[in-house]
Amino acid sequence: MTSSNRIADRDRFDWLLAAAVVAMVATFARVIYFTPIEARQGAAQKIFYLHAPSAFIGLYVGFGLVALAGALYLWLRDERLDRIAASSAEVGVVFTTVVLLTGPMWGKPIWGTWWTWDARLTLTLFIWFVFVGYLILRGAIEDPATRARYSAVLGVLGALLVPFIHLSVYLFRTLHPMPILLKPGRPSLPSDMLATFAMSFISLSLLFVALLRARYRLAETRDALEAEDSADVSSVASLHAQPVR
Amino acid sequence: MSVRRPPGTLAAAALIARKDLAIEFRTRSAFLAALTFSLIAIVIFFFAWDATAVGAVDLAPGVLWVIFTFSGLLGLHRSFGVEEADRAIDALLASPVDREAVFLGKALANLAFVLGVQAVAIPAVALFYNLPLTRVIAPLAGIAVLAAIGLVSVGTLFSAMASNTRLAELLLPVLALPFFVPIVLPAAQSTARLLSGRPVVEAMSWLRILIAFDIVFVVACALAFPFTLED
Amino acid sequence: MPLAAELAAPNAPTAIEAIGLMRSFGRRVAIRDLTFQIRDGECLALFGPNGAGKTTLLRVLAGLLRPTRGTARVAGVDLPGGADARAVVGLISHQTMLYAALTALENVEFSARLYGVPDPRAAAVRALDRMRLAERADSPVRSLSRGMQQRVSIARAIVHDPRVVLLDEPYTGLDEGGASALSDALQSSRSAGAALVLVTHHLSEGLALATHTAIMRDGLFVQYEARGTLGVDAYRDLYRDAVAR
Repeated sequence: MTSSNRIADRDRFDWLLAAAVVAMVATFARVIYFTPIEARQGAAQKIFYLHAPSAFIGLYVGFGLVALAGALYLWLRDERLDRIAASSAEVGVVFTTVVLLTGPMWGKPIWGTWWTWDARLTLTLFIWFVFVGYLILRGAIEDPATRARYSAVLGVLGALLVPFIHLSVYLFRTLHPMPILLKPGRPSLPSDMLATFAMSFISLSLLFVALLRARYRLAETRDALEAEDSADVSSVASLHAQPVR
Repeated sequence: MSVRRPPGTLAAAALIARKDLAIEFRTRSAFLAALTFSLIAIVIFFFAWDATAVGAVDLAPGVLWVIFTFSGLLGLHRSFGVEEADRAIDALLASPVDREAVFLGKALANLAFVLGVQAVAIPAVALFYNLPLTRVIAPLAGIAVLAAIGLVSVGTLFSAMASNTRLAELLLPVLALPFFVPIVLPAAQSTARLLSGRPVVEAMSWLRILIAFDIVFVVACALAFPFTLED
Repeated sequence: MPLAAELAAPNAPTAIEAIGLMRSFGRRVAIRDLTFQIRDGECLALFGPNGAGKTTLLRVLAGLLRPTRGTARVAGVDLPGGADARAVVGLISHQTMLYAALTALENVEFSARLYGVPDPRAAAVRALDRMRLAERADSPVRSLSRGMQQRVSIARAIVHDPRVVLLDEPYTGLDEGGASALSDALQSSRSAGAALVLVTHHLSEGLALATHTAIMRDGLFVQYEARGTLGVDAYRDLYRDAVAR
């Protein structure tokens, strides 16, 4: 009944994703060719345009959505919320992986080290671990209801973990002198760079939403097909069973 | 049908904790495994990190709390395994005791287990690394109790979930270790300060994080536990 | 072979009641639309093919699952009724629900304490006695045969003299001695006023105890009536027809 519609949906061209990809390509072009090179850090600084928005989107939007959708699922038990959480986790883990890869790439030429216990980078690392644990947990459970409940619990607890990681890192860094990091503060960026940053932020957000939607639809289609399979089996049988009071 | 009153939450938790400890005491295998693991790990760390090159007082806290984490994980496995084996958990849930009591009881049993292992591991570390234990034994015991409370709350909840999945033994560390960091870091940092002879008050900023963690996660895990049960 | 068990007094209080009960797991409907009533002293023998929803029904009545829709009542308490409903129910399944490392007596005594039975040890000894297992009371459960473990499990379930006893294929693994001990224990429970729901594949044992019979298929009762005077063979034919249609 509905599956043929869903399959047709899948074949329809995903305009949002296409727009997001175009925006990303345009942003890359602007970053590489049309944005001035930063005086102190050189060309490597341009990784910032990918790194910082991905961190914000992956951590706060991606993980925030996982935790929020999870909490709502525990309250409302609507399977759509579980699908949103799962999709957000998969897209979020991609974004946070990008953050963890670009961090060292940026850090090595500028600070001379591959890794530093920078507050945001450390938090990203921990949320990445929770994301990965979340996805492994989902993979280890067959029953959809159990999977949804357990994932939601992990998501909510992960959100509770965030302030403690913040506190721990903050205290660790205050008591243990660490290299002062040179980072362009966002408000003090010259207008050229600010514009590029804004463009990068918008296209990464667009990409996140497009990927989230595509992933959500995939989950929806799969769930619908599974439901049809089991409905077919039981509807034939129930024709013969008459209720008796 | 005799007149009776089922036990309240705390009494039921005590009952369940006693039952868990009776089972563990009967076989002792998990406790001995965790204990043996701790001792072997201490020896390995001792040889791997040369205590003559770096001060023992700098190495010992790290060793102590890393071992605490991993031996704690060993103990947590058995907590729900024994309920899954013949579906004893069904009898527990079908009885009048409430779900919070089940969580509390199991967490208490796990707490006793972890503290039991620590009672041997801490003196063992002190022995190997020549630590001035008598001076700091009281605050160190306090840190151990605080850390154990945090570990056991998160660990009991996650072992309830993990016992229901395919990858139980592997899943528990993967899920729990990120949550153990705000426990281990304050514990190690305060232990280091204590061992260097610094006043307890310096360790307080770290201990505040640990205490806050305990409060937040004991409550959160107790509230989350009923969601790990099929309904 | 005694025929029907005598029906309970017509105005005995209702022990179990279901009205339009439904239970689903996501999209799979396990109990479709059940309405029935069991009074104190009655025994409903429930037959049906695997996957019919019989175990799910027992788990709902035991308070392990909540109804998705409709009403279920145990001892007058709407389910899920919390501790009040669970306190009067005893559950027996083909899983023993025991702790292998503890002795038979310890297992049964633990159960007695959970239900707040006064003088739990004496009650445990009595229960093991009823199941003719007094000499093995101090053996660890792991050292007992499967049939004896099942007897301990039954003792565990009836130690608190439940008003409602739910039995899911309790004769599994029992030898003749165990089966007769079980039947005797159930008969005396019934005479004392307990209501029983007995799910079994053993037609003869089920019919011997039953005051009512039902055949469940795909979440519905396709046959439900007072026991009457049907012999086992006649009932077997009835069952075959009901299931084959």
